[in-house]
Amino acid sequence: MSPLFTPLKPVAPALRTVLGISCFVLFFLGWGIATYGGFVKPLFLASPGDTLTAGIALFREFGFAEDIAVTVWRVFAGFAMAAALAVPLGILMGAFKPVEAFFEAFVSFARYLPASAFIPLLILWAGVGELQKILVIFIGSVFQLVIMVTVIVSGIRSDLVEAAYTLGAKRDGVVLRVLLPAASPQIFEALRLVLGWAWTYVIVAELVGASRGIGHMIIDAQRFLDTGQMIFGIFIIGVIGLITDLLFRALNARLFPWAKGR
Amino acid sequence: MSKLSIRNVEKTFPGRNSTAPTRALVPTSLEVADNDFITILGPSGCGKSTLLRIVAGLETPTAGEVLLEGKAVSGPGPDRGMVFQSYTLFPWLTVRDNVCFGLRERGLPRAEQLAIADRFLAQVGLKGFENHHPAQLSGGMQQRTALARALANDPKMLLLDEPFGALDHQTRELMQELLLGIWEADRKTVMFVTHDIDEAIFMASRVVVMSARPGRIKCDIPIELPHPRSYKVKTTPEFAAYKERLTEEIRVETIKAVTMER
Repeated sequence: MSPLFTPLKPVAPALRTVLGISCFVLFFLGWGIATYGGFVKPLFLASPGDTLTAGIALFREFGFAEDIAVTVWRVFAGFAMAAALAVPLGILMGAFKPVEAFFEAFVSFARYLPASAFIPLLILWAGVGELQKILVIFIGSVFQLVIMVTVIVSGIRSDLVEAAYTLGAKRDGVVLRVLLPAASPQIFEALRLVLGWAWTYVIVAELVGASRGIGHMIIDAQRFLDTGQMIFGIFIIGVIGLITDLLFRALNARLFPWAKGR
Repeated sequence: MSKLSIRNVEKTFPGRNSTAPTRALVPTSLEVADNDFITILGPSGCGKSTLLRIVAGLETPTAGEVLLEGKAVSGPGPDRGMVFQSYTLFPWLTVRDNVCFGLRERGLPRAEQLAIADRFLAQVGLKGFENHHPAQLSGGMQQRTALARALANDPKMLLLDEPFGALDHQTRELMQELLLGIWEADRKTVMFVTHDIDEAIFMASRVVVMSARPGRIKCDIPIELPHPRSYKVKTTPEFAAYKERLTEEIRVETIKAVTMER
């Protein structure tokens, strides 16, 4: 067996980068062959070149930068609201079992309610303005996050808590100065994951009753069967997701250097 | 009056899912005099850690009571410093802040915290490592920090639950000398749980042997080796005599414990 494919054996950083880029290269190559080679009609799939041209036109003529800004703002507003509620609640649920017993069943139930199914209701309640879009993201993220934070805090090593008690810590000290710092790196990681999901909800929210935003642009492009614009819009979401992901990772490494390699 | 009185303390862990409850400790009484260094020696599963955890207040006894300086123990507190077998330093704090933890919980001014922490870190030989994080330290250094952290609170008693159990043999012997040196200097009352016979004899003024499950005190042997003790005491005939006797006592219990497991 090739030594490269030994289970769990790390790969050299340079090779790692090359392999990561190769996947993108292959993807674009396959896309190029399918479109330029005439295997797929332009009506169904625009070529990479046409997509790029469509993208440039979007920025130049259709104010796409503003759409992006609107969408990014919606995601972060809804996500920030969800995090502001879910993180403290999750910590309380993880730390105090009666609180967990009270909320857990309901949150587990609510977690399975699809956020997109709320769109018609939310339009009825909040209109088609910003609040409605933000609420979709909020509903989609908050319950998932509560459960994740609860599990993280519940899983903190009990011997750390015991050590704190023998050092004279009281209940509040244990929650604020043991459970909270111990859980922080993992909570940050959970936020990173849920932010990724928030992006899928915002587009769904923007497909209905929106006048701006990336999702709205994609629906607009569908009317003109402009696959180039549609693909470009989807790509931009991927790029923004990749950037926020990298930022989150960098921030995590910066804020919690002690948790490295755990 | 004794420093610590353990009076008819017993512990039964409730059975789970229709298994029979486990009797960890039959009613046990033990008096510990001020400035005593007691080692509790026994095979694994003899309830010696349970007894120590009851003294620490981390477990509640099924019956009986523990008195520290005449006052009943009702929960964990900074008057009984504890060092655990597992590494329980807070990974997000530096070595210095770990030692400051209890002092901070008590609300001491920062300058005073630092002065005390640095004094105890010097005592355990960790000068120069104040700003390291636990992950950067070896196991022995982590346990030395844990010892400094417990001592910094100036507890009435020091409780140690196989603190050197995870260390290699050579490091363990150095740690024993370090702890014994600290005890010889300020004679803090110590209760030390171990299954290592040499360790038990070398540091103790009394070795309490516990029998296999259910745990009970089998014998209580004063160790009359002169102080200060150096590592060389381990090769004296007196030491060998203690070792021979304790080996016999423990062997019987270990065989009992092993046959019970079958």
